[in-house]
Amino acid sequence: MSVLVGNDTRLAVAGITGREGSFHTLNNRRYGTNVVSGVTPGKGGQDVEGIPVFDSWADAARETQPNTAMIFVPPRFAADAILEAAAAGVALVIAITEGIPAHDELRVYNTLKRDFPNTRLIGPNCPGILSPGKANVGIIPASFFKEGNVGVVSRSGTLTYQIGNEIAQAGFGNSSIVGIGGDPVPGSSFVDIIALFEADPQTELIVLSGEIGGSAEEEAADYIAAHVTKPVLAYIAGFTAPAGKQMGHAGAIVSGSSGTAAAKAQALEAKSVRVGRTPTEVAELAVQILRG
Amino acid sequence: MDLLEYQGKQLFARHGLKVSDGHAVTTVEDAVSAANEVGYPVVVKAQVLIGGRGKAGGVKLAADEAQTREHAKNILGMDIHGHTVRKLWIEHASDIATEYYASVLLDRSAKQPLVMFSTEGGVDIEEVAEQTPEKLVRYHVDSLRGLSREEAVQIATDGKADADVIEGVADALVALYEVWMQEDATLAEINPLIVTPDRTVKALDAKVSLDGNALYRHPENQGLSDAENEDPIERRAKEQGVQYVALDGDIGILGNGAGLVMSTLDVVAQAGGRPANFLDAGGGSDAAKVKQAVELILSNPSVKAVLFNIFGGITRCDEVAKGLIAAFEDLKPSVPFVVRLDGTNDVAGRELLEQAALPNVYAAKTMNEAAERVVALAKGAGA
Repeated sequence: MSVLVGNDTRLAVAGITGREGSFHTLNNRRYGTNVVSGVTPGKGGQDVEGIPVFDSWADAARETQPNTAMIFVPPRFAADAILEAAAAGVALVIAITEGIPAHDELRVYNTLKRDFPNTRLIGPNCPGILSPGKANVGIIPASFFKEGNVGVVSRSGTLTYQIGNEIAQAGFGNSSIVGIGGDPVPGSSFVDIIALFEADPQTELIVLSGEIGGSAEEEAADYIAAHVTKPVLAYIAGFTAPAGKQMGHAGAIVSGSSGTAAAKAQALEAKSVRVGRTPTEVAELAVQILRG
Repeated sequence: MDLLEYQGKQLFARHGLKVSDGHAVTTVEDAVSAANEVGYPVVVKAQVLIGGRGKAGGVKLAADEAQTREHAKNILGMDIHGHTVRKLWIEHASDIATEYYASVLLDRSAKQPLVMFSTEGGVDIEEVAEQTPEKLVRYHVDSLRGLSREEAVQIATDGKADADVIEGVADALVALYEVWMQEDATLAEINPLIVTPDRTVKALDAKVSLDGNALYRHPENQGLSDAENEDPIERRAKEQGVQYVALDGDIGILGNGAGLVMSTLDVVAQAGGRPANFLDAGGGSDAAKVKQAVELILSNPSVKAVLFNIFGGITRCDEVAKGLIAAFEDLKPSVPFVVRLDGTNDVAGRELLEQAALPNVYAAKTMNEAAERVVALAKGAGA
């Protein structure tokens, strides 16, 4: 098992005919992901190396039955692409696009909740999901990871690679790696993904990689204390970030006294979640736990 | 993107919120003519993107032309917590009967807009929230429907606004929500929202943050940044499409991906060093972009050593190495570099660097080793 993507994944891609979209879609297919179609308005009837392209999500859904959508379109078109995929009945939408307006994200989140409660959104502004040995949806460099029993959920892409790679070098692998993205209104939170890992038989250890801004890590701490039986490790980036400055990600900003790395680490430790001070320390703690 | 008070007030006025007439000026003479036009007494207010203006002496009441001249002279050029005052807002002074507080912001936790209202205005609202939470009304709006007038009246009533201004406060809340919604703001705050002796409800201050990702929908808001007070290197970085944040240390940092760069800053600090900047070269950086990024880092004269921390996913390590080699050819930096390359094409990248044998460039195998090395080098260079 793994979470969200795997051998059953049937992927359709919005923006498949763009440069980035086609490059990463083909990469995902090369890894073994079952890519069934693409959607680009006006380009229906074409194909990308044999992958059929449709004008709309309704067409793609009817003809190829995707259960997963990947969104690669530019920011100003992304919100509508997500909602169209949901309206076509796609159960999992993974939005890679960076730079979507916060108000659009708010509209998407609340519209999904009200009108399409069975569709789960991951991202936007995220690297996607990799279940090593099974499927890769997004831009995670899969060659650095192997199959195993560590579930990783993260707000940042490269930081995940850093932590995952150190765990891999110690001889361990991952069940799934889920990037939830660095934006202010992500479709799924740490809590949503941790619940999936808790229920996944392959996952024996959960690693949460957070950063400054918002309160998602604090909410995860409360959830873990109340609902999670598996060991959880955490890392928080941004201890030295100054207040009021946005650190790359739109969501990574310390506002006033809230959203600091220290407060997040404290909230997690107060609920008995061990917090590594460096990515290396997180990997070392993971190895300790896995070796028993 | 944070707006200056007067820019926020202009947005407010566009949406029907009451504000005092005034003018933004940059010289003493213009301040005087603005004051003569709006009529005495006037308030001379420093326009800076930092709190605590009043306590720092950046807000003064002037009864006549002579006082206006004196205050404008003193406040222009004044340093308020690191921000130089280059602009003043001159407005007719309002008579104040009562001070309230109102705001609309994006509540990331509830994933809905949050409207807040309190009769405890003119003070730090975080203190009110902490010490007398019962005096702060918090109301989540269904963003797909918006804030109705009935809800706004309820908020004003629950917040115990004076009975004769419930309607006026509700109007202000509805207008403030409209500002937040239609201008793609992440924060719209009025502190204080005043009631005048003739019972008019009016915004005496404005704090507005706009979403930079949504500016394409608002061409009229694109010129509203406080460009003169931006760090010059940050401004150049923005033009080049690179994320740069100036910090006050002496170790230049370049990495790929915001999370990894933040983590790099932390690891350097733990090793006893002080980062000079945050620089995210982004995914898929090519050699030319890396070279530009090195130029940005080195344009800060405090930098004594530089750390490259790359874990390539989309980014290819050989491109990073080529960028660094090109930067050395052009810029001939005098400070040492520590380079850690892992990920896509890392072997090729490390080979390129070895062959180039750049002076003062050290390879490190891990992030921790790289951090320790660069801290030692920065300290050595400073001695």
